[in-house]
Amino acid sequence: MTNEPILSLTNLTMRFGGLLAVDTLSLHAKRGDITALIGPNGAGKTTVFNCITGFYEPTSGTIRVTHDDGKAFALEKLPDFKIAQRVHVARTFQNIRLFPGMTALENLMVAQHNTLMVASGFTLFGLFGLPGYRKAEREAIELARHWLERTALIDRADDPAGSLPYGAQRRLEIARAMCTKPVLLCLDEPAAGLNPRESDELNTLLRSIKNETRTSILLIEHDMNVVMEISDHVVVLDHGKKISEGTPDFIRNDQKVIAAYLGVEEDAVDKVEAEVGL
Amino acid sequence: MSAEIAEKRSVVLHALKDALIAGIVAFGLFILLLGFIADDSRGPLRPVPRPVLLATAVGIVFVGRFLISLIYYNAAALRYYLGVLWTAIATLARRYKWLLVAAMFVAAAVWIFFSPKDWQLILITVATIAVGVRFGFSAALLVFAMLFPVAFYGNPYYLGVAIIILTYVMLGWGLNIVVGLAGLLDLGYVAFYAVGAYSYALIAQHYDWSFWVCLPLAGIFAAFFGVLLGFPVLRLRGDYLAIVTLAFGEIVRIVLLNWVSFTNGPNGIGSIPRASFFGIPFNPEPNGFAATFGLEFDPTHRTVFLFYVILALALITNWVTIRLRKLPVGRAWEALREDEIACRSLGINTTNTKLTAFAIGAMFGGFAGAFFATRQGFISPDSFTFPESALILAIVVLGGMGSQIGVAVAATVMTASFELFREFEQFRLVIFGFAMVGIMVWRPRGLVSTRYPTVYLKERKTISVEHVAEGRG
Repeated sequence: MTNEPILSLTNLTMRFGGLLAVDTLSLHAKRGDITALIGPNGAGKTTVFNCITGFYEPTSGTIRVTHDDGKAFALEKLPDFKIAQRVHVARTFQNIRLFPGMTALENLMVAQHNTLMVASGFTLFGLFGLPGYRKAEREAIELARHWLERTALIDRADDPAGSLPYGAQRRLEIARAMCTKPVLLCLDEPAAGLNPRESDELNTLLRSIKNETRTSILLIEHDMNVVMEISDHVVVLDHGKKISEGTPDFIRNDQKVIAAYLGVEEDAVDKVEAEVGL
Repeated sequence: MSAEIAEKRSVVLHALKDALIAGIVAFGLFILLLGFIADDSRGPLRPVPRPVLLATAVGIVFVGRFLISLIYYNAAALRYYLGVLWTAIATLARRYKWLLVAAMFVAAAVWIFFSPKDWQLILITVATIAVGVRFGFSAALLVFAMLFPVAFYGNPYYLGVAIIILTYVMLGWGLNIVVGLAGLLDLGYVAFYAVGAYSYALIAQHYDWSFWVCLPLAGIFAAFFGVLLGFPVLRLRGDYLAIVTLAFGEIVRIVLLNWVSFTNGPNGIGSIPRASFFGIPFNPEPNGFAATFGLEFDPTHRTVFLFYVILALALITNWVTIRLRKLPVGRAWEALREDEIACRSLGINTTNTKLTAFAIGAMFGGFAGAFFATRQGFISPDSFTFPESALILAIVVLGGMGSQIGVAVAATVMTASFELFREFEQFRLVIFGFAMVGIMVWRPRGLVSTRYPTVYLKERKTISVEHVAEGRG
């Protein structure tokens, strides 16, 4: 076990032409914590996510993930699928991206692609149904069943993902990400569109992932109920810059954050901007 | 009930009124166009009335318009009554299943009694029905295919058509991997068919190796071309992918046409070695097939052998596809069709996944091509034109993308109907077009438009097509 943070961003910058979406952002997510990334719309939260998970190549800066055994990976150099495959960083999407025509169970089996691919001898052993592959497939089904039970989807296991209600689809996406056995789970607005009861259930689920697995969580969320309830550390972004970070209680009372979210009087803006250094 | 009748009456009246108006307009239009003809055969020019022609034209418009508006205004009701009828038939059939079977056997018995005692036909019919009742449609189709040469041994024409059908079934199954499973629209599939055929022809001619050695080589060459096509199109999706694959198909054909020193250009390659029975040639010589097995020489032996070869090749394609669907690579193909970005977020190497789909699809195309070459004995670039690609793609789309049995049925229907309408050469494409329009209207996602999950916990439910993506890249 190392004490290195699970994720550290150093001077991460992402520029789209003239638009500076993320501006020299540095942040650390502690191992085993739930770290929340919040900020008003357009603050650059999802861009940070896309950089971490390799969907964007950052303009500059480094992204480092350190595994439990101390092995470190530089994510800014890896293509997206390798980040999930080798570094075990999984993500969900703001607008749900399931495989709608495949059943819930199949969705979770696809998530275990790389494990099964090796077990099937890159298709060759699997084609002839060798016992090694069959065993691996049974284990994969067991893992899928475990996460279906944890997300209360076991009764819908054989239904197409596209036919599930919205809240169930959100849970299934988290279950699918967990089936890749991630060290870091990046959730992009997991509570969006959930009703209060469902978002309470989400809190329970995320807390149990934190306590019972070795997965750390990085979370973008607008639902303050979820953020304040479950996160250990909150980072606030505005216009691509970090304007504050700390415990939920600290953030709740931070004038800069309130200013960024709610806006303030003219003179207060100047004061805050001077503080932040804009 | 009376309200319903009144409603129906009003619908009919409405349709009648509509048809009457159309009839009047048609009469006004046709009275001068068709009603009279200028005739000067007997004396001076004068108009000759043609009342029968006029009445026929107006009548067609009237009846046609009546039916169209009746169906159009009453589509829901019509569908309802058809549904009721169908449910009734299905329920009866289910309830009196054994009665139905008995009736079939009685019918078969009657036929045996009265027909010229053609035991092969009887065998194939009885076996097909029995297997169909017990094991379902696919099994019946398989038994029918297995026994086909037994029943139609005396009819080489039927055997020839069956071989063509099976070739297209195989091509459809091969393309189904690329289009149906991976969702990559490939308009140049015939290129791989061509590569397979030419590889076989050239290798067999130059090295004198047997069919069974050349066949895998042809498949490997075609798979290589599949990867070759795959690389440049990895980043393309939808329409752009379709255009590039179409161009690829044409490039291969044009190269075959112009590289005269290698492929003999438009003259094609002739006298390709014929398939032998594992080294024993099909000829009347003393070392030939017939003499070896103590039979009388008959050219049909070769045809029957070819039939079983293509049947075996097609079944291998089918078996491999069914197995692959249940393996991680097959699931990745389907996931790719559903959502490529989600695939990447789960650590699936989409590049390799797409390339394997292209390569494996192309490999089966290559096998089919090699078979085509050995069956024909002659190949030229004319056999590998774009309409061929379109036909194979039509088979896949018509059958239901991703459905093995749907593709088999579609290939049979399309190819057999092409043979059937051979006498009406000029109307063939018109009928083909109408059939395609009809399918697009009534079954836009193909004959079999449900998907079977590859794995299940409690029960295997069919997945309705509305959830399944068609693939955009």
